[in-house]
Amino acid sequence: MPKTKRRQQVEDVAMVPLDWLEERSGLVGATKYFLFRKVPAETNWFHTLGSATLTAFIVQLVTGVILAMYYKPDPENAYASIERITNDLTLGWLVRGMHRWGASVFIILLFLHMGRVFLFGAYKYPRELNWLLGVFILLLAMLEGFTGYLLPWDQTAYWATVVGININANAPIAGPFIADFLRSGTEIGVDTLARFYSLHMLLIPGALIGLITLHLYLVIRLGVTPPPWTEQAGGYEPTENGGKPARAGLVNPTPRGNGNGEVGRERVDR
Amino acid sequence: MADEPERPEPGREEHEPHVPASTIGPFAFALGIALVLLGLIVSWPVAAVGGGIAVIAGFLWMRDATRELRGLPEGPPPSRTIDEDEADEEEGPARYPRNVFLEGATLGIGAAIGVVVTLPALGFMVLPAFTGQEYDPVDLGPLDNFPADQWVIAKFKSVSDEPPDVSRRTVFARNNGETQDGQPSFTLISNRCVHLGCPVQPQGLTEEGRTIDTEGGPVELLNTAPNGFGCPCHGGAYDTEGNRTAGPPVRALDRYEYSIVEGRLVLGTPFSVAEVQGTGADAVMEAYKVVDPGQHVDGLEAYFYPYVP
Repeated sequence: MPKTKRRQQVEDVAMVPLDWLEERSGLVGATKYFLFRKVPAETNWFHTLGSATLTAFIVQLVTGVILAMYYKPDPENAYASIERITNDLTLGWLVRGMHRWGASVFIILLFLHMGRVFLFGAYKYPRELNWLLGVFILLLAMLEGFTGYLLPWDQTAYWATVVGININANAPIAGPFIADFLRSGTEIGVDTLARFYSLHMLLIPGALIGLITLHLYLVIRLGVTPPPWTEQAGGYEPTENGGKPARAGLVNPTPRGNGNGEVGRERVDR
Repeated sequence: MADEPERPEPGREEHEPHVPASTIGPFAFALGIALVLLGLIVSWPVAAVGGGIAVIAGFLWMRDATRELRGLPEGPPPSRTIDEDEADEEEGPARYPRNVFLEGATLGIGAAIGVVVTLPALGFMVLPAFTGQEYDPVDLGPLDNFPADQWVIAKFKSVSDEPPDVSRRTVFARNNGETQDGQPSFTLISNRCVHLGCPVQPQGLTEEGRTIDTEGGPVELLNTAPNGFGCPCHGGAYDTEGNRTAGPPVRALDRYEYSIVEGRLVLGTPFSVAEVQGTGADAVMEAYKVVDPGQHVDGLEAYFYPYVP
């Protein structure tokens, strides 16, 4: 449909703020690149597990920030503030429930996502580094669970943390030092709760945000892996590198392609 | 392209950076606004003058700023000639160029600032956990409360100025009477399970408690008659000397040093025990620095934990 002059004017007006932003930041182009990048034709619902995990993490961030507005991380007030959040404050039960159950959802989705990546072979060259980043994200997520578990400061939280710290203490050589660092001393004391709170809501989430950013950057740079039953083998990048062999696995997988669309040429180097 | 040397065609000017024309407009406008605000406080005429300046300057500023949009030619572009780099390319004796020096200076100063800021912060994060680890002596009250050959559960505050939630500890105390050389003897066993730190319970009936006041806070005393100790978490079991009889624990229960001051039982530093030989006043054991539950203090496995903070 040819654009009328009126329509063109409206579009120009709408584009003025976007053009202003793009000229000064390049963010519009970057967003377009992110949203409209190529993905394999055979992506399926299993490919959404990564986004689902990210969504669960964002839910934890948002609800955690809100809970921090009412929670008091010292031994004399912690449990009372949790009771107040759950029983007295409007909708507090909901937000705390989202955070509490969302924590489990986050960990479960992490493992499902990890299983998808493993079963689809998506950890192979050139994506090994992204698997390693994912492993560190998993470790930090479990550390989030460990540190968050103490915060209600009830009997379950206290003794579970006693046992958890003492399990850490049994690591050879470093164990006693890890345990003393976590407890801030030889026994769980007045500083332990605040220390766990700081780790839980500042240090580990910051590290997680950084790692997830790197993880997403590599996903965008390296492209999405097609499922193993794909028929798309032998893809290549026809235009951008002048017909040279494409980097394996980019956008379209390149298990055997020689860059000219020929598939199945024998390897001569072995 | 934008970095070609010749001036672009008139139709391609939009690819050039939009440098605002040099104008006094914004400054005069800001001055006018400041005068208005000042005048609102001191006098109306000043505000009126400021308003006039602001309106005139704002009009001039807008006229300059919208020059391009209205299709008028822009003012003269800022002229700068950057060809001094060419001179640096000449062959010459080896020298230490400015950019290498600046690179090194930036990295060096940045690293120095990073170290100066980071090391104290990291030290503050880590070191307090490893300093001041001494145990305060705890007064458990007069010796009358500990009749001979009778187990007493004593619940006390290990640190007097901490809230009871975090510093309440329990010790199982038994007055053994006198040793062979006439000294008073107590068995003082910590209730911290040496598997993973849960509180062990006496296996036997416990009588109603009574509370006595000491300088360190109230101490709750309960008579009991256990035939051993058991842990509810993972089923660790100990006999009345604290030796492991079943379950996952790796050593005997920790014990406390003690002293008797003016007729009162005073709890000292806890210590770890591998195994206790003998019973009651005749018990013999080797005392190790207190370590976390689950860690061996003797045998081959002790080499897993060569350093104890």
